[in-house]
Amino acid sequence: MAQRAVSINPRWPGALSGALVLMLTLGTLAAVALRADWQSGIQAADWAAIRFTVVQAIVSAFVSVLCAIPVARALARRRFRGRGLLITLLGAPFLLPVVVAIVGLLAVFGRSGILNVFITTLGFDPIAIYGFHGVVLAHVFFNLPLAVRFILQGWLSIPAERFRLAASLGMPIGRFLEIPMLRSVVPSTFLVIFLICLTSFAVALTLGGGPKTTTVELAIYQALRFDFDLGRAALLACIQFGLCVIAALLAWKFTVHIGMGTGFDRTVARWDLDRPFIDYLWIALAAAFLLVPLGMIIVRGLPGLLVMPGTVWIAALRSIAVAIGSATLCCTMSVALALWGRKWANIIGVLPLAASGLVVGTGAFLIVFPFVAPSAVALPITVLVNATLALPFVMRAIGPAIAAVQDDYGQLGASVGLSGWAWLRIVVLPRIRRPLGFGAGLSAALSMGDLGVITLFAGKSEETLPLAMYRLMGAYRMDAAAGAAVLLLGLSFMIFYLCDTGGRRDADV
Amino acid sequence: MLMCEQLVLAQESFSLTADFAFRERAITGVIGPSGVGKSTFLSAIAGFFAPASGRILWQGNDMVSLPPAKRPVSILFQDNNLFPHLTVTQNVGLGLSPTLRLSDGDRSRVDTVLKQVGLGRLGDRKPAALSGGQQSRAALARVLLADRPVVLLDEPFSALGPGLKDEMLDLVGAMLAENGRTVIMVTHDPNDAKRIADEVVLVAEGVAHSPVPTHEIFENPPQALRAYLG
Repeated sequence: MAQRAVSINPRWPGALSGALVLMLTLGTLAAVALRADWQSGIQAADWAAIRFTVVQAIVSAFVSVLCAIPVARALARRRFRGRGLLITLLGAPFLLPVVVAIVGLLAVFGRSGILNVFITTLGFDPIAIYGFHGVVLAHVFFNLPLAVRFILQGWLSIPAERFRLAASLGMPIGRFLEIPMLRSVVPSTFLVIFLICLTSFAVALTLGGGPKTTTVELAIYQALRFDFDLGRAALLACIQFGLCVIAALLAWKFTVHIGMGTGFDRTVARWDLDRPFIDYLWIALAAAFLLVPLGMIIVRGLPGLLVMPGTVWIAALRSIAVAIGSATLCCTMSVALALWGRKWANIIGVLPLAASGLVVGTGAFLIVFPFVAPSAVALPITVLVNATLALPFVMRAIGPAIAAVQDDYGQLGASVGLSGWAWLRIVVLPRIRRPLGFGAGLSAALSMGDLGVITLFAGKSEETLPLAMYRLMGAYRMDAAAGAAVLLLGLSFMIFYLCDTGGRRDADV
Repeated sequence: MLMCEQLVLAQESFSLTADFAFRERAITGVIGPSGVGKSTFLSAIAGFFAPASGRILWQGNDMVSLPPAKRPVSILFQDNNLFPHLTVTQNVGLGLSPTLRLSDGDRSRVDTVLKQVGLGRLGDRKPAALSGGQQSRAALARVLLADRPVVLLDEPFSALGPGLKDEMLDLVGAMLAENGRTVIMVTHDPNDAKRIADEVVLVAEGVAHSPVPTHEIFENPPQALRAYLG
């Protein structure tokens, strides 16, 4: 096309954001690769960490997907009171801080949790949550809902007419409709969850940690914080990056388009429903698995609020500041990159998906360490890293909205002379308020609950709320930790709610 | 004077040449079958489409390299002529200041022009609260205020009913042409041209023909126009 690109926006904000993201992803990677101790090579303990990382990720993804299939099928074909609410709740673990969920899981599956109380009164030995199966349990808790949503979408994407046709012909629905659908949806779901579990740090930090249950990310943390062996930490970071790239490439290759989740309110009319009992059993089990730990956080935590040390409140203020800073930076960069709108911006926007907090954190540590004490820059680095890691999600939320503004009003704007800051202020920002509010809420909540890069940098006086909570757990002050969990849970959902409704209010578009 | 000099527009599906001047302070209708590039012709004058070759001259100066807002040209598109999240006053005010920093004097000028187009008390409303005809009037008000000598109309009234469309065309005749603007109006309806155009440019078979006075072209239509009129 000879169409001239109407350039309404200056390019430097997008280029600047792109440079920042590149520095934080590829730049930190370069720092890690340069510093890595290639001489001593991969040791036996490292191999064990690699093996554990991969095996737990495979098992977690496998269990999540396997359990998600019957739950998704039940949700696809049954309509009952509370179905919509349950499906909404399935989205909640994405915003749920990992350490908070751990407190809930411990309250149910831990040594003195309600499950063990039940088991021991029956005269059996208590089960232990720490170790391999604890890590898998926590990963399934986070990823089962995600898997259900992906697979449910697959079920609902089968046109109703096909079910009708199959019913009138007496075709076995499973073989002709459901299995082909699962064959396209399950591999991508499996790989996405595999990738998430591969980069999971906080779960392994809290529930794993022994020599047999150390993930690569956890080994990075231990090498840096306990042994202060920078070369080994850097080498492990390179290994972790390699794992992530392989998984991301696999996911890229096998991922059919997975939408963001609209149209869940549909059930498909079916003619093969004979045993509703099984469906409702699956739904009840999944709901209990999700809701009981969440409920226990509240039950255990509310009294704990009173016994929390005062430092927790100060840590909470720090976390709020970090969340606001990270959300502001993330949204600014996303808008700048989306307005830049070239292929480059899109590539830069997905780059952080292959990065992990600990790898980026290790690189940042290596870069700043020669110049300043890492603890002095703990919070700014956390803001930068959190903003970068949330970028792909925020860009996915606002990218289409910005493209629509440019398609619909770009020519009108150019013809009346709107450009630069005026175009942004008068047209773009008011028109993308809803997705921008959602994106801001998402990035703020993710940053609020993040227990990753901060662990590498923080000393005693820079702790954020998740870190303060983790340290309380480490000191076996479980009541105070549960109180902090309620506070963190409340703050995370509150900041998401405020941003999201702020974007919706008066958004007459 | 607005002039196309050996202008060639090219796209995959068509090409179009034009080599003539538009009559100043008059309304020129551009008619022809759909898909021949009438809208693209207007886009090129407005600065949204780069010509393959040739020049577009305003008062003797080539404006092909100028961005849309720097051209002496206002344009009304088929749709999306108003920003739905801005009030009518703000939308019209964009004609005075693209940063919407309006002085008191600017505001009273907006009020005056809103009264002229018959939207006197609707300035605080958003476009969604206006009827189709009122939305067209608001867009026209912005063009009036923008004070650029050339006005391009790319069938902005085609979604209106016939009565309302004629009313808007008469308003264009009364407010823009009387005001001394050079108006170029794309239409697929010969009656629109007959109603207000002084001259007609026929676009057919890859050529935008030189303007001919409206009554002449319809009294004695050339072969291409006869084929189009049927």
